[in-house]
Amino acid sequence: MKFAPLMTTALLLLAANAAVAETTLRIGIQDDPDVLDPHRSRTYSGRLVYTALCDKLVDISPDLTYVPQLATAWNWSEDGKTLTMTLREGVTFHDGEAFDAAAVKFNLDRARTLPDSLRKSELSSVESVDVIDAKTVAIKVKQPDATLISQLSDRAGMMLAPKASATDVGSKPVCSGPYKFVQRVQQDRIVLERFDHYWNKQAYHFDKVIFLPIPDTSVRLANLRSGDLDIIERVAPTDVKTAKADSHVQVFSTPGLGYMQLMYNTNNGDKANNPLGKDKRVRKAFELAIDRDAINQVVFEGLYAPSAQPFPKSSPYYDKDLPIPARDVEASKKLLAEAGVKTPVSVELKVANNPIAQQVGQIIQAMAEEAGFKVNLVATEYATLLSEQQAGNFQIGMSAWSGRPDPDGDIHQFVTCKGGQNDGRFCDPKLDELLNKARTVNDQAQRQALYFEALRLLADDVPTSYLYFDPRIIAMRSNLTGFVPNPDGLIRLNDVAFK
Amino acid sequence: MTSIALNPALPVKELLKPRTRSPFARKFLANKGAVVGAVVLIVFILAALLAPWIAPYDPLKANFLAVRKAPSMMYWLGTDELGRDLFSRLLWGARSSLLAGGVSVAIAMVIGVPLGLLAGYFGGKLDAVISRIMEALLSCPFLVLAIALGAFLGPSLTNAMIAIGLSAMPIFSRLTRGQVLAIRHEDYLEGARAIGLPDRWIILRYVLPNVLSPLVVQATLTIASAILAEASLSFLGLGQQPPSPSWGSMLNTAKNFMEQAPWMSIAPGVAIYITVLCFNLLGDGLRDALDPKS
Amino acid sequence: MLIFILRRLLSAIPTLILVSLFVFTLQKLLPGDPVQAMAGEERDPAVMEYLREKYRLNDPVPLQYVHWVGNVLQGDFGTSLRTEQPVTTLLASKLPVTIELAVLALVIALLIGIPTGVISAVRKGTAVDYGANVFALSGISIPHFWLGILLIMIFAVKLQWLPASGFVPLGENLGQNLKTLILPAFVLGAGLSGVLMRHTRSAMLEVLRADYVRTARAKGLFPRTVILKHALRNALMPIVTLTTLLFGELLGGAVLTEQVFSIPGFGKMIVDAVFNRDYAVVQGVVLCVAIGFLLLNLLADVLYRLINPRLRTA
Repeated sequence: MKFAPLMTTALLLLAANAAVAETTLRIGIQDDPDVLDPHRSRTYSGRLVYTALCDKLVDISPDLTYVPQLATAWNWSEDGKTLTMTLREGVTFHDGEAFDAAAVKFNLDRARTLPDSLRKSELSSVESVDVIDAKTVAIKVKQPDATLISQLSDRAGMMLAPKASATDVGSKPVCSGPYKFVQRVQQDRIVLERFDHYWNKQAYHFDKVIFLPIPDTSVRLANLRSGDLDIIERVAPTDVKTAKADSHVQVFSTPGLGYMQLMYNTNNGDKANNPLGKDKRVRKAFELAIDRDAINQVVFEGLYAPSAQPFPKSSPYYDKDLPIPARDVEASKKLLAEAGVKTPVSVELKVANNPIAQQVGQIIQAMAEEAGFKVNLVATEYATLLSEQQAGNFQIGMSAWSGRPDPDGDIHQFVTCKGGQNDGRFCDPKLDELLNKARTVNDQAQRQALYFEALRLLADDVPTSYLYFDPRIIAMRSNLTGFVPNPDGLIRLNDVAFK
Repeated sequence: MTSIALNPALPVKELLKPRTRSPFARKFLANKGAVVGAVVLIVFILAALLAPWIAPYDPLKANFLAVRKAPSMMYWLGTDELGRDLFSRLLWGARSSLLAGGVSVAIAMVIGVPLGLLAGYFGGKLDAVISRIMEALLSCPFLVLAIALGAFLGPSLTNAMIAIGLSAMPIFSRLTRGQVLAIRHEDYLEGARAIGLPDRWIILRYVLPNVLSPLVVQATLTIASAILAEASLSFLGLGQQPPSPSWGSMLNTAKNFMEQAPWMSIAPGVAIYITVLCFNLLGDGLRDALDPKS
Repeated sequence: MLIFILRRLLSAIPTLILVSLFVFTLQKLLPGDPVQAMAGEERDPAVMEYLREKYRLNDPVPLQYVHWVGNVLQGDFGTSLRTEQPVTTLLASKLPVTIELAVLALVIALLIGIPTGVISAVRKGTAVDYGANVFALSGISIPHFWLGILLIMIFAVKLQWLPASGFVPLGENLGQNLKTLILPAFVLGAGLSGVLMRHTRSAMLEVLRADYVRTARAKGLFPRTVILKHALRNALMPIVTLTTLLFGELLGGAVLTEQVFSIPGFGKMIVDAVFNRDYAVVQGVVLCVAIGFLLLNLLADVLYRLINPRLRTA
C-alpha cells in the first residue's frame, strides 16, 4: 500500500493550498457607483471604490491637512499664480505605464476638457498645466485659488494611465492605486485585486477587495454580523447600539464633512412670491421653531452634530462665537406678528423619499406648527426632487451635501448669485464679494475673517438653514486591525489586516 | 291531533326547507372560511370607519418622549419612531388600505368592463384592437407598471390608486370579454337582435347581468391584490405619504428598526396579511356559492 | 401545429410593439431629468447639454422611439445612462439570476403545492382540506417584502444559518449560491404554492369524479394506486400549463423580493432603472420580460395541445 507517499503528497498539497489561500476583503457600500471614471463620476460610492483603485496627487489626513500621495511636495509661487508639484518616483500604472509629469498633464487636461467631465468647475481656475521635467509639473491659474489643493485631493487629482485611457475608461479603469480593476457586475459587485507593483505595497494586506452595494442599512449590518461582509460604511445611527453590542463587530464614528440644509426659495420663480420667500423675518421665525437637538436625539440617537453653519466644527473657519439658535417659539410668534403675516402660514416642505428624510421632515412639521406654520410635507422621489428644486418648484427644500475639505466647496455654489447649486437663487452682492475673495486668499487668518463676515450675513438673511452634520460611521469585523477613520468617511486600507 | 307529517294538505316540504331563501346564500353560509372572512372584513371596515372615534391617540401627533416604546397598557401595540401610537395608526391606516383596494378595483372595473363588453359583443376589428392593447398591458409585469405609473403621477395615495387601477384594468376587460363570448350566441340574445332591440339595450339588459357573478368574484380577489400592491408601492415610497399612515409605509419605516423595535414590523404586516386573506376567502366563497355546478 | 405556432408568433409582434411604445411613452412622461440626476452634485450646464446630445434626448420623442426600434432590430438595446454599460450586457448578466430564482421558486412551489393539493382533494371537506386551503391562501396573502424581512431576521441574524442578502453566482460556488437563493426562492415559492395547490385540488376533484376512476375503483384497485396512476396523471395536464404561465410571471414579478434580498435580477434592475430614469434599461428589461411572457404563453398553449390530443387541429 503506497500509503506514506500518498499522505505526503496530500499534506504537501494542503500546505501549498494554505500558502496560496487568498485573502479577500468584502466591503458593503450603500449604493452602486455610477460610471467608474474619476473625471465623469459623481457618486460618493464611486469615491469609496476609488480610494482603493486610483491614487491621487494629494490625500487628506484625519485632521484635514493635505498629505502627499502621488505628489511628494508642492508650493505656490510668490504671486500665487503657479503651483509647482514634485512627483513621487518609481510609480507605475496598473498596465505598466510609468507615472510622470506628462501623465499628470494628460489627466488634468482631460479633466478640464472632456465634454462630459464633471470636474470642470473644480478646476475652473486652471489656465495651463506645464511639464517642467519628468517629476515636476507646474499648474498655472488665472487668479490665486486657495481651493486648488483640496480639489486635487479628490477626483480631480486622480491619475488614469494615459495610453489605456485614451478611449473608454468606464468599463476598465486603469489607475495606479493599491488595487487594480478586475470585474464589475452592475448593482452586484466590483472586484479589485492587489497590484503587485504598487509603490507602498507592503502596507496593503489583501489579495482581493470586493465592493458589494446593499442599499438597505439593516441588511448590510446583518451581513456584517453574520460574517458575509467584513466592513460596512454608512451605518444607520439607530443600528449603532446593536452593532456595538455584538462582540464580532467594532464601530468607528467620526464627525463628518457633509451636512443637511433647508434651502428657502427666495428668488426662483413664482413659488418665491410669498411671505417666506420675501421676508427674512418669516424665515427666521421658521428657523427658530426648529429644535435641532431634539431632532438629533429622536432620529439620530444623539450621534449627529446639530449645526447652523456650513462648516464642520473641526474646521478653522467655523465661528465659535456664532451660536446655534435654540428653539424659541415665543420669539418665532413675535417675528411673525412683526412681519404682519396671518397665521398659520402655509408652507410646503419638499424632502427626499427616504425614511430618514421623512422622519426629520415630520418632526420639523410638528415643531413649526406650534410656532404658527402649517407645513405641507411632500416626499419626492430623488430624480424628481432635483429637477423640481432647480426649476424653482419648491418653497423649502431639504437637501443633503456630502461636504468638502475646503470651506469654499461647502458654501460658494449654494449662496452666491450664480452658484450652480443655489436653487433658491438668493443674491447678495456683498456676500458674493466676500466669498469670491476668500477663494483667492491663501492666508488662513485672512480667509477666516472673510468667512466669519459671510457667516454673519447668512445668519441675518437666512437664505438657508443648516440643520446638522452627519458623522461617518463605519463598522467592521472585530478581527480587523489598523483602520484609521477619516472625516470624509472613505475606507483607506493601508495597514488594515486580519489579526 | 293528527301528525303533521301525515297530513297531506300541509306543505310539509315547504315547512322543512331551511330558512334561507336562495341556493346562493345557503352555499355561501355553509362555507366556514368565507363566512369567517366576511365577518372579519366587516369588523375591519367598521373599525376603519369608526377610527376617528375609537382610536385612542391622534395618529399624527408625534411624541418625542415616547419614541419606539414596546407594547404596553398605555400603547397597546407600542409606538413608532416618532412616538406615535401604533394602534391608532393601524386603525387610520386601515382606511387608506381598504380605500386603496376598493377605489383601485372600481377604477379597473369602470374602464375594463365596458371595454370587455364592447370587445366581446361586437367582435371584429374593435375586438382585435382592444384585445391587443390588453394583451400588451398584461405582458408588462403588473408591479412594474404600477411603479412606473406611480412615479409618473407622483407619490401619493390617490395616484397609487390610479396606478393600480389602470394596471388591473386588463384583467377585468379580458374576463368580461370571455364571459360575453361564452353567451354571445345564446338563443335569447339572437331573439333580441332579431326583433330589432338596440345593441346598447341588449348589452345592458341581457349581457351585463349574466357577466356579473364572475366579475364580483374577480373584484373581490383583485381587491386583495390591490391592497398588497398599495402596500408594495408605499414600501417603495410611492404610495401614501407621511405623516399619513398606511400599512405599507409603516412597514417601510419599520424595516429599519427590526432589532430595536420589532413590534413596528409585526402589526402592519399581520394587518395586511389578515385583510388580504379575508378578501381571498370571501372571493373563494362567492365563487363556490355562485358556481352553478356544485 | 407548426402553423398554429407561426400564427401565434406573428400575432405577438404587434403586441410587442404596443408594449414597447407604451413603456417608452410612459417613461418620457416621467418628471425628472435623467441628465440632471447623472450630472450629480456639480451640475455643470455644459456637461448636461453634452449628455443630452450624446443620448439624443433633445430629439423629438417619436424620433427617439424610431431610433430605439432601429437599434433593437440590430441587437443594440442602447446603453445604461447610469454606468454606460450596454443594456444587452446587463440583460445577459441578470437573466440567468432571475431564471435561477424562478426555477427554484417553482420547484419549491411544486414540492409544496402538488402534494398538498392532492391530499386536499382526496380528503375533501375535512379539516385537512380547510387547513390546506387557508395555508394556500396565506401564501397568496402575505406581503412578500414582509415575509422576506421576517425570514432575514430569523434565519440570518438570529440563527445565522443563511446569509442576509446578496448573491453568489452559480459558477462561483454552488453551495453559497443555493444558500443565497433559498430564502428569496422560498418567499416566492410559498406564494405560488398556494396557487398550485388550489389548481391541483380542483383538477384532482374533476378527475376523481370521472367515470374511469370509478371504474378503476370498482375493479378493486387500491385507492392510492388509483390516485397516483390515473387521477394525478390526468390532473397534471393543466398544472403543466399553469407552471409555464407562472414562470412567465416570475420573470418580471420578483421585484420586491429581489429588493429586500439584494438579488441582482431583473426585478431589482427595473425598479432602480425607473427611479434613476435610466430609459434604455427600463425599455430593454420590459421588452425582454414581455417577449419571455409571450413565448411562455405560447409554450403553455402548445404543451396543452400536445398533452391533450383532443385539442389538436393541425
